[in-house]
Amino acid sequence: MTDTAREPPPLHTDFHEVEDGEDLFPESPAAQQPQPASLPALDISTNSNGPKQDSLMDDDPEDLFAGATEEVSLDSPERDVLLSDGPSPAITPITPPTSVIAPRIGHAHDDMFTHSSFDEIEEEEGGDSFDVHISVSDPEKVGDGMNAYMAYKVSTKTSLSVFKQRDFSVKRRFSDFLGLHSKLASKYLHIGYIVPPAPEKSIVGMTKVKVGKEDQSSNEFVEKRRSALERYLMRTVKHPILLKDPDVLQFLENSELPRAVNTQALSSAGILRMVNKAADAVNKMTIKMNESDAWFEEKQQHFENLDVQLRKLHASVESLVCHRKELSVNTAQFAKSAAMLGNSEDHTALSRALSQLAEVEEKIDQLHQDQANADFYLFSELLGDYVRLITAVKGVFDHRIKTWQKWQDSQVLLLKKREAEAKLQFTNKPDKLQQAKDEIKELEGKVQQGERDFEQISKIIRKEVGRFEKERVKDFKTIIVKYLESLVQTQQQLIKYWEAFLPEAKAIS
Amino acid sequence: MLVPGSGSALRSVSVDLNNDASLVIDIPDALCERDMVKFTVHTKTTLSSFQKPDFSVPRQHEDFIWLHDTLVETEEYAGLIIPPAPPKPDFESPREKMHKLGEGEASMTKEEYAKMKQELEAEYLAVFKKTVQVHEVFLQRLSSHPVLSKDRNFQIFLEYDQDLSVRRKNAKEMFGGFFKNMVKSADEVLISGIKEVDDFFEQEKTFLLDYFSKIKDSTAKAEKMTRSHKSRRGFLSKNANLGSVCELKNQKFEFLLEKLSDLFEKLRKVEGRVASDQELKLTELLRYYMRDIQAAKDLLYRRARALANYENSNKALDKARLKSRDIPQAEEHQQQCLQKFDRLSESAKKELTSFKGRRVMAFKKNLVEMAELEIKHAKVSLTAHPIKHTV
Repeated sequence: MTDTAREPPPLHTDFHEVEDGEDLFPESPAAQQPQPASLPALDISTNSNGPKQDSLMDDDPEDLFAGATEEVSLDSPERDVLLSDGPSPAITPITPPTSVIAPRIGHAHDDMFTHSSFDEIEEEEGGDSFDVHISVSDPEKVGDGMNAYMAYKVSTKTSLSVFKQRDFSVKRRFSDFLGLHSKLASKYLHIGYIVPPAPEKSIVGMTKVKVGKEDQSSNEFVEKRRSALERYLMRTVKHPILLKDPDVLQFLENSELPRAVNTQALSSAGILRMVNKAADAVNKMTIKMNESDAWFEEKQQHFENLDVQLRKLHASVESLVCHRKELSVNTAQFAKSAAMLGNSEDHTALSRALSQLAEVEEKIDQLHQDQANADFYLFSELLGDYVRLITAVKGVFDHRIKTWQKWQDSQVLLLKKREAEAKLQFTNKPDKLQQAKDEIKELEGKVQQGERDFEQISKIIRKEVGRFEKERVKDFKTIIVKYLESLVQTQQQLIKYWEAFLPEAKAIS
Repeated sequence: MLVPGSGSALRSVSVDLNNDASLVIDIPDALCERDMVKFTVHTKTTLSSFQKPDFSVPRQHEDFIWLHDTLVETEEYAGLIIPPAPPKPDFESPREKMHKLGEGEASMTKEEYAKMKQELEAEYLAVFKKTVQVHEVFLQRLSSHPVLSKDRNFQIFLEYDQDLSVRRKNAKEMFGGFFKNMVKSADEVLISGIKEVDDFFEQEKTFLLDYFSKIKDSTAKAEKMTRSHKSRRGFLSKNANLGSVCELKNQKFEFLLEKLSDLFEKLRKVEGRVASDQELKLTELLRYYMRDIQAAKDLLYRRARALANYENSNKALDKARLKSRDIPQAEEHQQQCLQKFDRLSESAKKELTSFKGRRVMAFKKNLVEMAELEIKHAKVSLTAHPIKHTV
């Protein structure tokens, strides 16, 4: 085995340099099999993904990895009320993938496994040339009164093998999206994957829609939401790990989905979430980590700065949109007034010219409105998305700190127990001594686990950040190009309108 | 702050009025001193009624107002459209900005401060140009009018090299003016009420009254629109923040963002020019003609008053005839009123016709120029978009 010769890769290693331990894979299915059985009280078949699960088990090894997470997902959302992404999943007996791999103590395997599976996926991705396209469309109001909701059609077109079909669609409602996000968050955030945040709830917006006001602002709201949901799904599937996640697949493919009640703001889950968020905030302030890795420190600073700048930019783009709308209103008013003026003008040619002017101004007004929409949808929403994404990134960094803290805590505990054991050596209590020794052994395991967890999360974060930055550049580039194109178009239209008006003006005699 | 001479390009709201070379007036520069603007009025003339062929005098805005009011009050000119007085120079907006700039100096970066200062100076300049133009046009209209150009007070205004303040209205007279205006608007009802004997005037009256209200409305809306335009460009500048969003070691991307910031800067400048051009050509045009139409309405009012006087004198004559008393005075009075009225009507007709011609021409000129400028600016912004290709 190539990996026996290898030590745990140092934290500073750049991901791309490390090779796959491809030899791992033949071994892993065998090693993996006992695991699911040892995990308490889990019946795989209760998962609606049953049949697919088996196929997952049989196919690529990295799907086993996904299969391992399957256990967790069965547990956290449905059993444990959706707690914050931090401590809880780790505390429950079923820890995420890292514990599944735990038995292979002292091996570089673990990190190798997860990391190389990641690599594998990327290779596969490269080969497939990422062919998944999701669109969210046809918002429909279902039901009436306060229980009404909007159902969206989620259509997927793909050629990837992980999906059952090439072209299919399902109906989903907003809380389904939120449910998907919370499942993914609880599974992945605390190991360091940047899970794209879901669009925000809006009580005001939804109430308007529910009440049935068919006006401009509620249409805008629905459109805004639809587009946000589409972007959310596209971002999620662009992530190579999340794409293979059974919850995501289930979301995209299953015609019926269990109602995600835990996403409601006023449910017990919601309240627990808020409490945990507050607790987290306090913890963040009290934990002071000795950052041994300059990369992380630099990156954290970088993201802080980025956050501030993006928020500023977002705010100013929003006010730009506002002003453009105001300009459009004023232009429309002027157009009307000019038309009236043209009517009362008794010199025929001038009258005609003035009416023309009114028309031109009206068209320009429409142009301004369209431009405002472009400003908004292209730019402003993108910025808003990224502000939220950066929050998720910061969350991931925070998890790393928490993981470190856990590791440190168990180390401290171990030290204490060792001292206690040393003391016990001199007393004549063999059974207590034995107990102490057992505890120490357990703690040693925990400490090692903590260290591994920490290294792993650090690794994953590095890779994720690299991916995130690449995606960010791509996203911004595309949007900027589109925005510029819309600006260019506006100018061209302006020219056309004024050029049409000019001869009319010249014709006045 | 001195402003270089305004060429004919700026004389946009009135068509070229200096056709008659015997009296050429312009305002080559002006000084802005705290609250006051001092205009240098320069006259070139071949007329013998002036002492020198070429001279300049400093004048303040109040002097212009004095001249206007004197002309309005001159009985002889009752049948003429007196060119509207130039509005008071309004430096309120740039002054506010300067204040803000001074306050915010500590909190802004050097570049931001320099940029704002530049903008501020440009705005000052724009307001300045506008006010110089408007004062100049007033004088030029006077000089090109066959009757008004010979006015004694006009000559004094142009020539008198001392301060005119002694001749200016004192507070009491101003009050008198205020009351006169009040009475006038009450009498506007009189105009519409009077039975018109002449078709021409009937038409003109209807047209002018209606047109005036429409143009007033249009002016207000145009002003609003122009204001929106101006404030909008302020936000494109914030997008310069984009550059800082970069923070990546990706060179191409950095380059792109830099170009983008540059682009937004350029667009902002263009927007600014569009806004001020629109203001000059469209809003100023409407504003000016609104005032001009008011002056035309004033003429109609005076004529209506004369008509009312004439009718009253008729009634008085009838009464005198009834009482067989003071008949010759009443007849005399009636004759005078009739003459006055006829005189007024005749000159008013001439004035109104030429007014219409002038107005149509000015509209045409400005609309054409505005359209051309808009096209030019749009084309300029298009060429500022080359970065699409570097992506």
